[in-house]
Amino acid sequence: MTDVIASPLHTEHVALGASLTPFAGWDMPLRYTSDLAEHTAVRTAAGLFDLSHMGEIGVSGPDAARLLDTALVGNLGALRLHGARYTMICAPDGGVLDDLIVYRLGETAFLVVANAANHDVVVAALRERAAGFDVQVDDASLRTALVAVQGPRALEVLGATPGLTGADELAAMRYYSCLPVTFDGVEVLAARTGYTGEDGFELFVDAEHTVALWRALLGAGEPFGLVPAGLAARDSLRLEAGMPLYGHELDTTTTPYDAGLGRVVRLDKVDEAGAVLDFVGRAALAARSEATATRTLVGLEGLSRRAGRPGHLVVGGDGSVVGEVTSGAPSPTLGHPVAMAYVTPDVAEPGTELGVDVRGRVEPVRVVALPFYRRPQG
Amino acid sequence: MSIPTDLQYTAEHEWVRAGDPATIGVTAVATDALGDIVFLELPEVGSTITAGAVCGEIESTKSVSELFAPVTGTVVEVNDAAVADPALVNSDPYGEGWLLKVSVESAEGLLDAEQYAALAG
Repeated sequence: MTDVIASPLHTEHVALGASLTPFAGWDMPLRYTSDLAEHTAVRTAAGLFDLSHMGEIGVSGPDAARLLDTALVGNLGALRLHGARYTMICAPDGGVLDDLIVYRLGETAFLVVANAANHDVVVAALRERAAGFDVQVDDASLRTALVAVQGPRALEVLGATPGLTGADELAAMRYYSCLPVTFDGVEVLAARTGYTGEDGFELFVDAEHTVALWRALLGAGEPFGLVPAGLAARDSLRLEAGMPLYGHELDTTTTPYDAGLGRVVRLDKVDEAGAVLDFVGRAALAARSEATATRTLVGLEGLSRRAGRPGHLVVGGDGSVVGEVTSGAPSPTLGHPVAMAYVTPDVAEPGTELGVDVRGRVEPVRVVALPFYRRPQG
Repeated sequence: MSIPTDLQYTAEHEWVRAGDPATIGVTAVATDALGDIVFLELPEVGSTITAGAVCGEIESTKSVSELFAPVTGTVVEVNDAAVADPALVNSDPYGEGWLLKVSVESAEGLLDAEQYAALAG
């Protein structure tokens, strides 16, 4: 990767005084003013994120559902119109190539959203796996921007945004669904999805209209406490919500089962004739689903001040290494360190007391169920 | 970013205000890179710090940075206000967000503001 890609909102970020950071080949906002303030705004009011680095891939044509059912581990053919599903694309050996959200836009049209870092891998895998199918795989990443409004007041913000239609429909939308709306006459795909643990929406829009939408959301959101939020807050929010991040909890050496996400693997998928559908990775994943796990992803609640960070070793009471931290930080919402870690199954039970070697000193932690934070329902 | 001209610096982004005792802190370059600081671990009063050796930690939600002793000497005071409210280090790194006061035995190889600016530029 040579050239750094600028978001369509780059000049907006600069004008807002953002600290920019290279991220998967893109130059993206790390923070605007304060990681903590942005994190707290999303938990208590709303935050506005530029996620234009995410990969948007259109899959359409008579065999679109068949391709996705063959290429991905989930049952996408069964997805309802305007439904959304969290799924994964695996290698033949069952290792995770990426975690994805797939939206059904029509009977024969889907939108696949991939992580920026894996976007090329996902496009290549889908195209390769499309051989023999009547389907188009359209890499729309560079011409599609993604702006997210996340937080308990997200719906109010969208309702107050001038030029954005469909407020009533947005209010009626279920979590994990999507709906085409318009902004100033331009089509926008609104999805009730996110990566923060809060209610919120993700808005897919053509790159050329993104600045106007961003400004309208920022202006309309201000009375509700909405602030622009960067990737630093996004990471601490998703960690509290116990959501995996590719490259940390997931990689090609990890299966969905290792990450506690075996539910996304649909070994029971069948084709039109009712026969078992052989998707990429199925044999390896079927074997893994029967095997005894060698490691499992757990949450660790820190009992001291110093936070375990990715790569730090998890140790048992006798000092023996039992695992490794994949993500970790002081939790702004909870006020103590939290971490996700792969550990051996014998120490994975919630309540188990372990240690994390933080730069040579072992800090006490306790295994807890994920997520660390769950939004108040209501 | 303005770098105070009356201080001395290290390449690891600590600053030293000469005096007896000398005052030590971290620069705005460091606090900007770290983001919101949530936890400071500083050496105890009475302990000896050695120039170039790690003597503490500065932790933000995003990352953690080790504090390197810019001089050799004995810690005579720790900024308890900053330990209690590490946001002070972000808001006023050269003032209320100071970290340590040290009775200096030796101080060598410190940078002036111009040299530090060239390095941190």
